[in-house]
Amino acid sequence: MEGLISLAVKAIFVENLALSFFLGMCTFLAVSKKISTALGLGISVMVVQAITVPANNLLLTYLLKPGALAWAGFPDVDLTFLGLISYIGVIAAMVQILEMILDKYFPPLYNALGIFLPLITVNCAILGGSLFMVERDYNFAEATTYGLSSGFGWALAITAMAGVREKLKYSDVPDGLQGLGITFITAGLMAMAFMSFSGVKL
Amino acid sequence: MSQTKREMLLDPLVDNNPITLQVLGVCSALAVTSSLQVAFVMTLAVTFVTAFASMFISILRNQIPGSIRIIVQMVIIASLVILVDQVLKAYAFEISKTLSVFVGLIITNCIVMGRAEAFAMKNPPVASFIDGIGNGLGYGLILMLVGVIRELFGSGSLFGITILETVNNGGWYVPNGLLLLPPSAFFVIGLLIWGFRTWKPNQVEEREYKIQSVEAH
Repeated sequence: MEGLISLAVKAIFVENLALSFFLGMCTFLAVSKKISTALGLGISVMVVQAITVPANNLLLTYLLKPGALAWAGFPDVDLTFLGLISYIGVIAAMVQILEMILDKYFPPLYNALGIFLPLITVNCAILGGSLFMVERDYNFAEATTYGLSSGFGWALAITAMAGVREKLKYSDVPDGLQGLGITFITAGLMAMAFMSFSGVKL
Repeated sequence: MSQTKREMLLDPLVDNNPITLQVLGVCSALAVTSSLQVAFVMTLAVTFVTAFASMFISILRNQIPGSIRIIVQMVIIASLVILVDQVLKAYAFEISKTLSVFVGLIITNCIVMGRAEAFAMKNPPVASFIDGIGNGLGYGLILMLVGVIRELFGSGSLFGITILETVNNGGWYVPNGLLLLPPSAFFVIGLLIWGFRTWKPNQVEEREYKIQSVEAH
């Protein structure tokens, strides 16, 4: 249990997907102009991340790993080279299913988050989360924790960024730095702040 | 055709750069630039995937049904990326370890999808191929620039060859450790964008709020 908490803290702050691995940057820069939309997107990423990372973990353990197909009578088969294409397939399918479920049973939530869901399929943070899970060899419990907390870290980063940018638009920025330039530099300063958590051990 | 092939190849380098102007594919651009060699391999990989993905999608563009085009594009891109990943693992294992997940993330790199969607679905194969190479190189240009700055001043070397002898090895240069850490990539790209836009003022974004000078009372 302690291991899981420390994993969560690490995934939220020190190894923040957006600020230390630069994942999901395209959406991070494009959708961080208003706090309300940023929060909506952040929550959608968190939900999708918490579903897809454990799902891909199961896929890896029971279908792709060397020897994982032993239950089907193929103990020598190694399908890890199909990893990338299966993870992205799982992500696309999960996003689609989530969209349908929300549309059917939770219409208000669908109206709030609906527009972000298609964007999430091509968000590198989601695929990145699954790839990190594979690379670090997480088991199912760790994968669930990692999915939830890394999604939360991303949501935290984009919401904070939107907060900064809402104030930033009133300030006098040099012409060439307007918009994208100053956003990058702000993100850099935020990344430095997040890195100061790197000494924290639980 | 409105653009010549030459323009198609050179336009994305400065005038319509995917990173500084279109904000596509920045994710990996920042992460792999702390050493030049890795940035170079990444440039090759992305250029290869963008060019061939655009070409194949363009060949199939009249057969792909509109409603499932994203999935079809994804499958083509993912297959190419798996190819690159396997080649790197076989012939350049050390580099593929350093790149870790970022080779896989070429799949979700917005440049590849962006060009497939915006260009390859409407243009013939050869033009799409050239457009893919051009955009890959435009991405690579920024990657290499950031890589040069970060490696030269962060560890005093280029491609692993020492240029500025560091203090630790008995030289004179005190390396700037910050440049090897993630935040510096944001600063370097931010400043590069500033430079590009000062050079080409038509790329400057409109202000949302005009600041007016108020007469002092």
